[in-house]
Amino acid sequence: MIRVLGDFDLAEDAVQDAFAQAMRVWPERGIPDNPGAWITTTARNRAIDRLRRERTLREKTAQLGALEALESLGGDETDVSGIPDDRLRLIFTCCHPALRMDARVALTLKTLGGLTTGEIARAFLVPEPTMAQRLVRAKHKIREAAIPYRVPPAELLPERLPGVLAVLYLVFNEGYAATSGPLVRTDLCDEAIRLTRVLGTLMPDEPEAAGLLALMLLQHSHRDARTGPRGELVLLEDQDRARWDHAMIDEGLATLDRAIVARRPGPYQLQGAIAALHARAPRPEDTDWPQIAALYDRLAESSPSPVVELNRAVAIAMADGPERGLALFVPLESELDGYHLFHAARADLFRRLDRNEEAAAAYRRALELVTNPEQRSYLERRLAEVTGP
Amino acid sequence: MQYILLIYGEETAGTAMSPEDQAKGLQEWTDYTQWLKDKGYYVGGDALHPTSDATTVRVRNGETLVSDGPFAETKEQLGGYYLVECPSLDDAIEASAKLPIGYRGSVEIRPVMVYDDEGHPS
Repeated sequence: MIRVLGDFDLAEDAVQDAFAQAMRVWPERGIPDNPGAWITTTARNRAIDRLRRERTLREKTAQLGALEALESLGGDETDVSGIPDDRLRLIFTCCHPALRMDARVALTLKTLGGLTTGEIARAFLVPEPTMAQRLVRAKHKIREAAIPYRVPPAELLPERLPGVLAVLYLVFNEGYAATSGPLVRTDLCDEAIRLTRVLGTLMPDEPEAAGLLALMLLQHSHRDARTGPRGELVLLEDQDRARWDHAMIDEGLATLDRAIVARRPGPYQLQGAIAALHARAPRPEDTDWPQIAALYDRLAESSPSPVVELNRAVAIAMADGPERGLALFVPLESELDGYHLFHAARADLFRRLDRNEEAAAAYRRALELVTNPEQRSYLERRLAEVTGP
Repeated sequence: MQYILLIYGEETAGTAMSPEDQAKGLQEWTDYTQWLKDKGYYVGGDALHPTSDATTVRVRNGETLVSDGPFAETKEQLGGYYLVECPSLDDAIEASAKLPIGYRGSVEIRPVMVYDDEGHPS
């Protein structure tokens, strides 16, 4: 493989991918007559895909003229962090603290995620011209203020990391629950996971980088069970857990265990721990909801946000009953009125209480806000259930 | 890349210092300027008199309006500046972080417009 590709890392990754794929596919389809050849062919195809994506990325990088010009500025300086990955340089540049947070996310999604301006705009609930302006201003700032195109030197990395993690997680989320097109865009999730892995190699003593990787792996392990045969959305409690990627779950759990040893908790490790509790439950009814609610309590303390409060309310609803959950939704109404999942969750709790009229009203409100067609179909099915004969 | 480091701070902060503390403060600034020179960044710089010595001028409708004090009342006031030549913004950020202004104060980094001989921005 290395002889063919001339790149040791790429070859190694491709073979690893092929083995992982074999473990997923062979139990279903049976072991092929010539397993060795299957592995080699699969590995070669994966490598070719990756090379194609990297070429596209290089072409995209060339379009970002400003950054290419900046690369020459650093001239004599060798890349002191020792990771010769263009993607990593690009992401640290896109996530530079001199850029506003929303600009960093938009720029990363545009250059590394390959999303259109429109898709990014919808993901963040702003009009498309606003997002276009945001991108123009960010690139202008990079050029005019001479933001360097590089991975920061070692002494700066610890303060630059949280910004990068936040951006990567946002990219992952765009792939995990895409705002348009198919519900799951595995290429975005794979890319977010790959970049987070590289970061983990770069900063092995940083538990939040490992925590984020664990979280992504644990969530991504559901990908084959999250959509039904016609691409429709399947909720966690209805998923066929045999179709979860258990090798990925094991890796996620091991990654999380390693992170926790450092005794420096953080939001990604907490979210990872919540995902781990779901992953460890053999059946939905085995889920340790009280423990999940407790973890959301801690998350609400350290990184409060309306969405965290929403998830906490849902966990409490599952642990203590829908009425308790609904009570917690009330103070969130004004902040989350524009968020379709708020109304969908509320509708679901009403539905469990057979309060069908209120459920229908909430489903309708959610339908006004949802953009993903698979999520839309799901909500329409539920609406039919609560308004049907 | 040329940048100006605009140094803001609360003017009242320094007035209650003892002569020893003032001398120590002055030495910190001298050391800092030397550090900038050793790095090859230093182009220029000055400390400014406080805003109580400032005069603001505006010309409106052909009339020259002169008033006492800074152009706006702000919580932190402009106290000085450095002009530096650095390879990138990260170097200007590092230089700003090293300024001996203690835990108070803010530094605004602005890229300086540079024009070539024909008056075009370069």
